[in-house]
Amino acid sequence: MELTLKGQLPDNIVTTKVDDVLNWARASSLWYLLFGLACCGIELMQTGGPRSDWDRFGAVFRATPRQADLMIVAGTLTYKMALRTKILYEQMPEPKYVISMGSCANCGGLFQLAYSVVKGVDKIIPVDVYVPGCPPRPEALTQGLLKIQEKMMKEKFARRAAS
Amino acid sequence: MTFQEILKTLQDKLGADVVQPTTDLAGDPFATLPAEKLPEVLNFVKDDPRLQMDCLSNLTGVDAPPDHLDVVYHLFSYPLRHSFVLKVRIPKANPKVPTAEKIYPTANWQEREAYDLLGVVFDGHPDLRRIMLPEDWLGHPLRKDYKEEQEYRGITTTRPSLLYPEQ
Repeated sequence: MELTLKGQLPDNIVTTKVDDVLNWARASSLWYLLFGLACCGIELMQTGGPRSDWDRFGAVFRATPRQADLMIVAGTLTYKMALRTKILYEQMPEPKYVISMGSCANCGGLFQLAYSVVKGVDKIIPVDVYVPGCPPRPEALTQGLLKIQEKMMKEKFARRAAS
Repeated sequence: MTFQEILKTLQDKLGADVVQPTTDLAGDPFATLPAEKLPEVLNFVKDDPRLQMDCLSNLTGVDAPPDHLDVVYHLFSYPLRHSFVLKVRIPKANPKVPTAEKIYPTANWQEREAYDLLGVVFDGHPDLRRIMLPEDWLGHPLRKDYKEEQEYRGITTTRPSLLYPEQ
C-alpha cells in the first residue's frame, strides 16, 4: 500500500527527509577556519567582507578549529607549517571539509621547486574542492563555497547512523 | 666619507695587505678581510669618531663556488650618513667566523639565518639555532651542493610533473 500524506496535512506542516533537513541546516551555517598562510589570505578576508558577503550563505569565520566545519587553506604551505596544519585539521570536529585555495595550496604553485614548500596541501590532508587562481578572485572562492554546499547537501547521515 | 676614504682609514689602522678592496664588480665596492680580524675591525668602525658605523644594516652569506663561503657585512653610520661593505671569505670545510653579536646585537638573528640557510658557524654566538627551517631539518638549503631529501617527516618533497614526466 502506498503511504502518502499528500493533501492530508494542514498547510503549516511540511514533510521532508531527515537527511535533507540536517544537510540544509549544516550547509547553511558553514563556519570556516581562519587559515590565511600567504597572499591568498588577504583575498580570503576580502571574500568574507561586505562586497562578496559570505554571511548571506551563513558562512562566518571562526578563530578556532574546534568550532569550524571548513578549512580554507589560503596560501603557500611550508613543511614547517604543514605539521601544524595537520594538527589543526585533526582538531576540527567531523564532518569537516577542506578547500584548497590558490595555486600554492593546490600544487605548490610558483614556489613548487623551493626546498621549503609542500607540493600541494593534498599531500597531508584530504581536499574536497580545489580553487585555481593566483590568487582566486572572490567570485571564484565563492563558487568553491557553493560547491562545498552542493557536496554537503548530498551527504546521507541518517543512513550512515542506522548502519 | 667615500669608500676610498673609509678604506684608507681601515688600511692605516690594520695594514694595507690585510684589507683588500674590490671595486670593479657590479654593485657596491667592498673590502675583504681575514676572519680573525673581524671583531677588531667591527669594534674599530663602530667606535672611531671618523667612522661611527653604529648600524649593522645587513649580515648575510653567499656561497662562493667551488669551496668557499662569503659572509657579508653592510655597515651604515646614522650620524655621518655613509656606508661600507665588508666581506669575509671562509672555507666550506671549516666555515667558522667570530660572532658580531657582542658588538652589534642585531647580528644575533641575522647570524642564525646565515647559519640556518648556509651553515656558517659563528664562534661565540650565544644561541646558534635554526631560525626559519624546522629544527630537525637536514642540511643547509642555500648551499649550491644542497641535495633535497626525498621526504620530510613522511611528507613527500616531490610531485610528478605533467609537462616533463621524465624529471
